[in-house]
Amino acid sequence: MRDELFESMKQSIVDGDPDRARELSQRAVAEGINPLEAINRGFVLGMNAVGEQFEQGEMFLPDLVLAGEAMKAATAILEPEIQKVGAARETLGKVVLGTVKGDIHEIGKTLVGTMLSASGFEVFDLGVDVPFENFAVKAKEVNADIIGISALLTTTMTGQKGVVETMERHGLRPRVKVMIGGAPVTQSWANEIRADGYGKDAMAAVTLAKRLMGK
Amino acid sequence: MQPNFSLLEPQLIKRILAEAFALISQRGVTVQAPAAAELLSAAGARIENGIAHIPESLARRALESVPREFCLYNRGGEPAVKYGGNDVQFDPGSSCVHVLDPDTLEHRMTQTADLVRLVKVAEMLPQYAAQSTAVVCNEVPKEMGDLYRLFVVLLHSKKPIVTGAFSPHGAPAMIGMLEVESGGQAELRAKPRGIFDVCPSPPLHWTEFAGENLVDLARAWVPAEIISMPLAGAASPVTLAGSIVQHAAECISGITIHQLAQPGAPVVWGGAPAIFDMRSGITPMGAIETCMLNVASAQVAKSFGLPTHGYLLGSDAKTIDAQAGQESGVAALMGALGGINMISGAGMLDSLACHSAEKLVLDAESIAMAQRLLQGVQARTETLALDMFAKVGAQGDFLKLPETRKLFRQEQHLPTKVIDRGSLNSWEQTGKTDTFHRAKERVNELLGAYKRPELQADVERGMRRIVEERAKRGGMERLPEL
Repeated sequence: MRDELFESMKQSIVDGDPDRARELSQRAVAEGINPLEAINRGFVLGMNAVGEQFEQGEMFLPDLVLAGEAMKAATAILEPEIQKVGAARETLGKVVLGTVKGDIHEIGKTLVGTMLSASGFEVFDLGVDVPFENFAVKAKEVNADIIGISALLTTTMTGQKGVVETMERHGLRPRVKVMIGGAPVTQSWANEIRADGYGKDAMAAVTLAKRLMGK
Repeated sequence: MQPNFSLLEPQLIKRILAEAFALISQRGVTVQAPAAAELLSAAGARIENGIAHIPESLARRALESVPREFCLYNRGGEPAVKYGGNDVQFDPGSSCVHVLDPDTLEHRMTQTADLVRLVKVAEMLPQYAAQSTAVVCNEVPKEMGDLYRLFVVLLHSKKPIVTGAFSPHGAPAMIGMLEVESGGQAELRAKPRGIFDVCPSPPLHWTEFAGENLVDLARAWVPAEIISMPLAGAASPVTLAGSIVQHAAECISGITIHQLAQPGAPVVWGGAPAIFDMRSGITPMGAIETCMLNVASAQVAKSFGLPTHGYLLGSDAKTIDAQAGQESGVAALMGALGGINMISGAGMLDSLACHSAEKLVLDAESIAMAQRLLQGVQARTETLALDMFAKVGAQGDFLKLPETRKLFRQEQHLPTKVIDRGSLNSWEQTGKTDTFHRAKERVNELLGAYKRPELQADVERGMRRIVEERAKRGGMERLPEL
C-alpha cells in the first residue's frame, strides 16, 4: 500500500505532473506518512530516474523542467510537515542563484536551478537583474555554500566580477564558493575574476557544484 | 523569374497577424525606456505597470508610414545594399566572442586583430554586400566596445555596415562617428552607410537600452533593424506558428515605437528566430526549423511590403566540417528562396559564439550557389536549342560554338578552388586536401591581395578623436595598434 503510494509519487515526477505530485503529497500528509520518507522513497527516486534518462539522451529539457515543477509542488507541501516534526531534509548544499544586474535572461539560470534541485541541492533563485549586493545578502541569510552567477551578454558579464568583489568585501570568500555561467563566459574569465569555476551548461554546473562541495 | 518559396498560406498569415495584434494590445509589451513609453502613451497606448497596451489601429498606422525600400551606401556614395522587394543580400554574423584558430582549432577570445582579419576577408568577397561588426574586441573596455568595433570596420572597409549599440547611449556616439565619415548629418541621412540592429528581449520586452536605441536611431534617420529572437519552446511558444506570432508582435511593437519617434524613418522587420535545442539548451542556428522560422517571419513582413532581415548560415559545428557546410548551405538556399533582403550570420560556428574567416570563405561558396539559383532558368537565346543544333551539325560538339564561349559564364557559377571539381589524380597530387585546408589557403590569398581602402586623413583623425576620447574615459590611454 505504502510502496504503491511511493511508486505513484516517483511516477508523478517522471510524468512531470505537478497536480498529481501535489495530490499525492496531500494524501501522504492525511495518512500520516513520514514526509521525509515520502520525499526520499518516492519523489526523489523520480527525480533520479529523470536525471539518468536525461543524461542518456532519452529525456529532454522539457521533461526535466516539468519534473522539477512536480518536485517543487511536492516539497511545497511536505517541507512544512518535515519542519513540524523538527527534522530537516538532507541536501548536498545550498546554492544561491541569479542573473546579474542589467541582464534579464532567465532560461539558462533557471535550468541550472532545476538541475541542481533535481540533484539534491537546495536552491535559492534570486531571479534576473540582481544587484551585486543581493547575492551577498542572501548568501549570508541562508548560510549558502555556493553562489551561481549567470550572464548572457558580453556587456553584463563584467557584473560577475562585481559580484565576486562584493562577496569579498562582505568577507564571504573563500568560504562561499562562486560558480559562473552564460554564453560568453569561459574558464579564463572565471580565473580572471577569481571565481571557483565555470559550467558550460546545466549538466556541467551540477558536476561543478558537486565538486565544489567535495562530493 | 526569381524563384522563391513560401511556407505560409495567406489564411495563416491573417491568423498570425490577428494574434500578434491581440498580443500587443491585450497582453501588452514591456517597455522600460521612458522615451519610448512616453511616445506610446501620448499616441493613445495604455501603460500599466511598465506594460504598454498598443491598439491595433495605432500599430497599423505605424506600419503604413515605414518606407517600403531604402538603400545603404558604400564609401564612394554608391548604393550597395537595397532593402525592399525580393532583393537578397548577405553579411557576416555579428558580435561573436570567440574566433576559430585555423591551426590549433582552439576557440579563442576575440581581439582587434581577429576583427581586422575577418573584415579584410569579407571585403574581398563579392558575396558579402555588407560588413558587420563581427566580433567583440576583448582588449578594449567593454563600455566602448560598440563604438570601437565600428571604427575598426570603417578603417578597413568601403562596404555598408550592419552594426549595433551595446548601451543606451551607445547609438548616438556611433552615429556621430558615421557622420564624420559621411561628411555630416545631412550626408549620412541622405546616404546611410550603416544599419543598427536593435534587439527586443523575448518575450515581448523592450529594455531601456533597446527602446532608447530605437528612438535615437529614428530621430537621427539612421536605419534600424529589429532583431526579434523568439526561442521556440523556451522564450516563445514551442510551435513554429506560435513563435512567428511572437516575432510579428515584437517587430510590430518596435516599429510602432520607431515610427512614433520619426514617421517615415527607415526600419527593417528582422530577427534571429530559432528553436531551442531540448537536449543541449543551445539555440541551434543550423536547424531546419530555425531556417523555417526566418523564412516564414519574412513572409509575414512581405504581406505588408516591408523590408526584411533574417539570421541564417550560422552553424552549430565547431570546426569547418561536413556539418558546417551542410547546415550553412541549406540555410543560404532557404534564405535566398525566401527573398530575405539581408541575411546575416555567415562565418559563424558554435551556434552564435564563434567566428571564422575560413568559414566566411566556405559560406561565400554557398551564397554564390544561392545567388546563381536566384537567377533562375533564362531564355538567353532566340531559339532555346534549335539554332545551336543547326550550327553544330552531326558531330554535336557544343564546346566549339561561339555561344558556348559567350554564355557559359552567365549560365554557370564558377566556384573558387575551395570547391574541388578536379580529377582524382590532381587531388592526389596536390596533397589530398579537404575543404577546410583549401579554405585556409583561400583566406591567405585574399589577405595577401587585400588593400586598405583610402580614407581622407582628416576624416580618419576625426573618427579617431571620438574613439580616443571614449577610451580615455574608460581608462584606456592608448588604442591597440591598427
